[in-house]
Amino acid sequence: MSAVTVPAQASLWDRVRGYSPPSRFLPVIVTFALFVGMFGAGGIRYDGFADPQVFLSLLLDNSFLIVLAVGMTFVILAGGIDLSVGSVVALSTMIAAKTLQMGWSPYLSIVAVLAVATLLGTLMGLLIHYFEIQPFIATLAGLFLARGLTYLISVESIPITDPTFSDLAFKTIELPGGYYTTWAVVIALAVVAVAAYVLARTRFGRTVYAVGGNEASALLMGLRVAGVKVGVYAISGFCAGLGGLLFALYTLSGYSLHAVGMELDAIAAVVIGGTLLTGGRGYVVGSLIGVLVLGTIQTFISFDGTLSSWWTRIAIGVLLLVFVVVQRLMTRRQK
Amino acid sequence: MTDTLTPPEAGRPAAVPSSRPGVVARALANPLLWPLLALVALLVVNVVATPSFLDVRIQDGHLYGNVIDIARNSAPVLLVALGMTLVIATRGIDLSVGAIAAIAGAVACTRIVGAGDEGAATTAIMACTIALAMCVLLGLWNGFLVSVIGIQPIIATLVLMVAGRGLAMLVTDGQITTVHNETFSDLASGYVLGLPVAFLIALAMVGLTAVLTRRTALGMLIEAVGINPEASRLAGVRSRTIIWTVYVFGAVCAGLAGLIIAANTNSVNANSLGLWIELDAILAVVIGGTALTGGRFSLLGTVVGALFITTLARTIPNIGIPSEANYLFKAIVVVAVCLIQSPRARSAFRVRRPARAVSKGAHS
Amino acid sequence: MKTMYEEPPVSTTPPAAGEPGAAPVIEMRDISITFGNVCALDDVSLRLLPGEIHALMGENGAGKSTLIKALTGVYSIDSGTILVGGEEHSFATPAAAQAAGISTVYQEVNLVPNLTVAENMLLGREPRRFGGINVRAMNRRAEDTLQRLGLDIDPRSTLGDHPIAVQQLVAIARAVDVDARVVILDEPTSSLDTDEVAKLFEVMRRLRDNGVAVVFVSHFLDQIYEISDRMTILRNGRLVEERMVADTTQLELVKLMIGRDLEVLDRLDSARTRTHADATPVLQAIGLSRKGSLEATDLSLYDGEVVGVAGLLGSGRTELARLLFGADTADHGSLEIRSNRRRLRSPRHAIDRKIAFSSEDRKAEGVIGDLSVADNMLLALQASRGWLRPIPQATRTRLVDEYIEALDIRPADPQALMRNLSGGNQQKVLLARWLITEPDVLILDEPTRGIDIGAKAQIQAKVAELAERGMSVVFISAELEEVLRLSDRVVVMRDRRKIAERRNDDVSISDVLEIIAGGHRAEEDSDD
Repeated sequence: MSAVTVPAQASLWDRVRGYSPPSRFLPVIVTFALFVGMFGAGGIRYDGFADPQVFLSLLLDNSFLIVLAVGMTFVILAGGIDLSVGSVVALSTMIAAKTLQMGWSPYLSIVAVLAVATLLGTLMGLLIHYFEIQPFIATLAGLFLARGLTYLISVESIPITDPTFSDLAFKTIELPGGYYTTWAVVIALAVVAVAAYVLARTRFGRTVYAVGGNEASALLMGLRVAGVKVGVYAISGFCAGLGGLLFALYTLSGYSLHAVGMELDAIAAVVIGGTLLTGGRGYVVGSLIGVLVLGTIQTFISFDGTLSSWWTRIAIGVLLLVFVVVQRLMTRRQK
Repeated sequence: MTDTLTPPEAGRPAAVPSSRPGVVARALANPLLWPLLALVALLVVNVVATPSFLDVRIQDGHLYGNVIDIARNSAPVLLVALGMTLVIATRGIDLSVGAIAAIAGAVACTRIVGAGDEGAATTAIMACTIALAMCVLLGLWNGFLVSVIGIQPIIATLVLMVAGRGLAMLVTDGQITTVHNETFSDLASGYVLGLPVAFLIALAMVGLTAVLTRRTALGMLIEAVGINPEASRLAGVRSRTIIWTVYVFGAVCAGLAGLIIAANTNSVNANSLGLWIELDAILAVVIGGTALTGGRFSLLGTVVGALFITTLARTIPNIGIPSEANYLFKAIVVVAVCLIQSPRARSAFRVRRPARAVSKGAHS
Repeated sequence: MKTMYEEPPVSTTPPAAGEPGAAPVIEMRDISITFGNVCALDDVSLRLLPGEIHALMGENGAGKSTLIKALTGVYSIDSGTILVGGEEHSFATPAAAQAAGISTVYQEVNLVPNLTVAENMLLGREPRRFGGINVRAMNRRAEDTLQRLGLDIDPRSTLGDHPIAVQQLVAIARAVDVDARVVILDEPTSSLDTDEVAKLFEVMRRLRDNGVAVVFVSHFLDQIYEISDRMTILRNGRLVEERMVADTTQLELVKLMIGRDLEVLDRLDSARTRTHADATPVLQAIGLSRKGSLEATDLSLYDGEVVGVAGLLGSGRTELARLLFGADTADHGSLEIRSNRRRLRSPRHAIDRKIAFSSEDRKAEGVIGDLSVADNMLLALQASRGWLRPIPQATRTRLVDEYIEALDIRPADPQALMRNLSGGNQQKVLLARWLITEPDVLILDEPTRGIDIGAKAQIQAKVAELAERGMSVVFISAELEEVLRLSDRVVVMRDRRKIAERRNDDVSISDVLEIIAGGHRAEEDSDD
């Protein structure tokens, strides 16, 4: 990002020259600073907090949330919202557990989960775009539908005993220095990387930003708005399915009460990651850091021992408030 | 202004404003028709499955039966939906009502448990009053974020939705608090004149809301702000006060619902009390024919919507489907209602509008 | 009231004089479009030649926007043909029109503020490599195009960080990059300052020199004369004439644009004209101004008089009204209400001080479509009482019935939904809304636009009657005849400022036209 260089001639050009590099990275930087600050504070305050393995566990414990937040970032960037992801996670764990119990090959099971989740997302996208149903209400239907299907499959928790799954869940990847991580983390980070590339470097990705920035203009510019509006929900559905698989690895069970309210965590992570809830501005990397901030709050509280778990929710709420108010003030100033 | 709960235009087809159509045509055009038909259809399904479904008997001077149960169970959703109707009419939405219900329940229960005389009626009354006062504060907070800071309602109330349950657990110290107080329990399980207290409270709130909106100018001003905010501003409407009022009202309704839910189990679990009630309430409002885009609202429609949701929950086990399938049916209802309402929205949208004559002057 | 000036002959065939030889790039023949039962365009033709700047002229409702939208595929046409390079075309979507080389830059820039300049120029046809966007190539291409236009803008910067003027130039650059044969600029200059306009004109000239047909819509006559070669003038959805700019004086142009009403209404009794040499003004604006909409303006309003405001669209007439009412807040200057200095921070303040304002944009800023006629009428009064003090039922009925009758509102049904009323009746309801508040000052911005003649006459008569009863009325209208017929004083506006103020005893339409066309400041002509 280089600043504009212009010969000084007209007032217009003086104004152009006075223009400073865009502040688009600022929210992500702020969130990153927040994360580093919190982690640092934890390191000073508690023994063992600063251990790199704590950071790795942070990724490990939140791998599914990272994937969910990536999908949610697409939807929110395009100016929508997806309330269904928590329920789709539960449905995915249930489908995986049930199909494995029925003796399906684990790979077939994985494909089934991803296909169902993506289909659900696509259906919601179609409702939203072609029937002009508000994203909020259409994904509310998705929330009910996914949760209902989960109950329909089984009310009881079904354990996952498939060796491929448990291998994947327990197998660790040795890192230099005696640290380790798991495949779930690798998958989650790969999803972040792919998403970042798609959003930054493909026509689809840039159109997502365009639709979120000004849908009417995007249409007048001749961009494929319909494809994007349906596409982001399909992606969010896919991510919810993949997140559900990671959650199934994490818990090794399928259960209809899994991931209740997880959509709120995903939305919170995206907002704290600096993505504008009205769409058009934000980065998946921000959402990744947002998830890490949420995770750090939890780690903080578990390290402290004297703080109760509900402080997590209150802290998330306060962070959400701060980011939302700051975003509002920033957009107001721009006007 | 009419004194009934139905919107004054009910029974007037849009296209022919001056002619007075016949009774049948007016009934067909009534926005309440479809929700009422759906409710009746549900009841018919139940009667077919269990012929004695509608039976009401008297036992110990109280009325018993499925219908009475439905009335009783509908109270929390009805209350929350009532407040939600007004919030939605101003183009808003309140996602935090479930959390507010949990906070109200938590505050009331811990107050009762902590009081010197746990069983006394005054203890219950004091506790409930404090809980509702707390709700007023929470409503003021939501209203502040929406009308003063100018944050979109869905985002503004998301903050309290996320933090609220944490606050409720803070109040109960994370415990499932159990109370022993007759007066408090009566909120949910008591009977007056043979009818459940909870339902009577909800009905009273419906009546109060009707009076508040249709006997004062509140209803008209809410609708004006919801239909055309800019025209309302230019006509001198204080939309800030109006918006603040509806969020406070919505929070108080949610608080009452929380008290009834807590009284029903004589305990409060801050994690689960009122979970997803905001979604049910929004669904009730939408079924009742109030558009999510704001404007005209129908309190009677919301009542029908809330009864529909409660009846649906009752119907599913009654016709031999596991009650867990309730969610599935709700999903179908949401999609069906949206699709029924959508073609209208679509055709209105697709109609070619004349170019908004070249916009005025320089700064527009 | 016979013709005050010669009605120019209406011709549908273009004049032969000064005709460049080239074949038109675009020819629109006999285009008609109706919306419901409103005829927005009636047999309008437009020819665009390569390498010209073509001004599209007309007042509000003349059909400029509709014509542009018909050409760019936003609206479909009901009859007529569009020829592109001699071949018949019809565009179903904006994308189809763009593919045929027709690009539009709207007043409210239709780009995406959160993407970079280069992306805004090239998104949809960006250079790619390995399936992804080749950002470097894209930036280079954007830079080339910008340089070709003589623009020094960093293609990597975010569009929204630039001032509106630069965004507009980027929009033009996007249009140019598609190898546009026709570039339509819809009021691009209304929010630009002089230097920015100069830069824009430079780009427009470059386009013209490259053989592009540029369509230019602007309310600023001087700009039209500075840059345009030919112009097409529309009025009330009809073609008035196509002319060479050099052959047309400003006065002629204004006459062509404003035209004359065909209906002849009874001349209203104008014996009301009174002097108020020593009266206190009920409302006085001193140096009232707001950046980008109105330059410092003085205005005094007295009881019992109608002040007419004349001026073309964009002259500042609406902006003045909004500042007087507090709908927008003034940057500088002050307001005195009966000699007391007041700041109007919101419409509420104005209403409390007995000022009323009916907006020109009836639909967006007046009508509450889903409420009844009665509710719409009582809204302002109810709002000032607050929701806890509803207007008693008896009073409601009395007021509503009274005004339905007095203004002859049809249907005479208080419970009819406002959106089902015709424009004229809606306007009467809005008038009633303000009359019910019993204001001292009533500001009416285009109260008769787009309504039928009968309702128009009724509203005019009502205005005269109100002034008779002592109200101070500000009457803004694009129709000079109407302004002159009603007003005791006439204020003429142009280029966002008041350029003349005259007592209306001997002012004729041609006087006003000359003032508008001449554009000279004529403050010495102020009243008394």
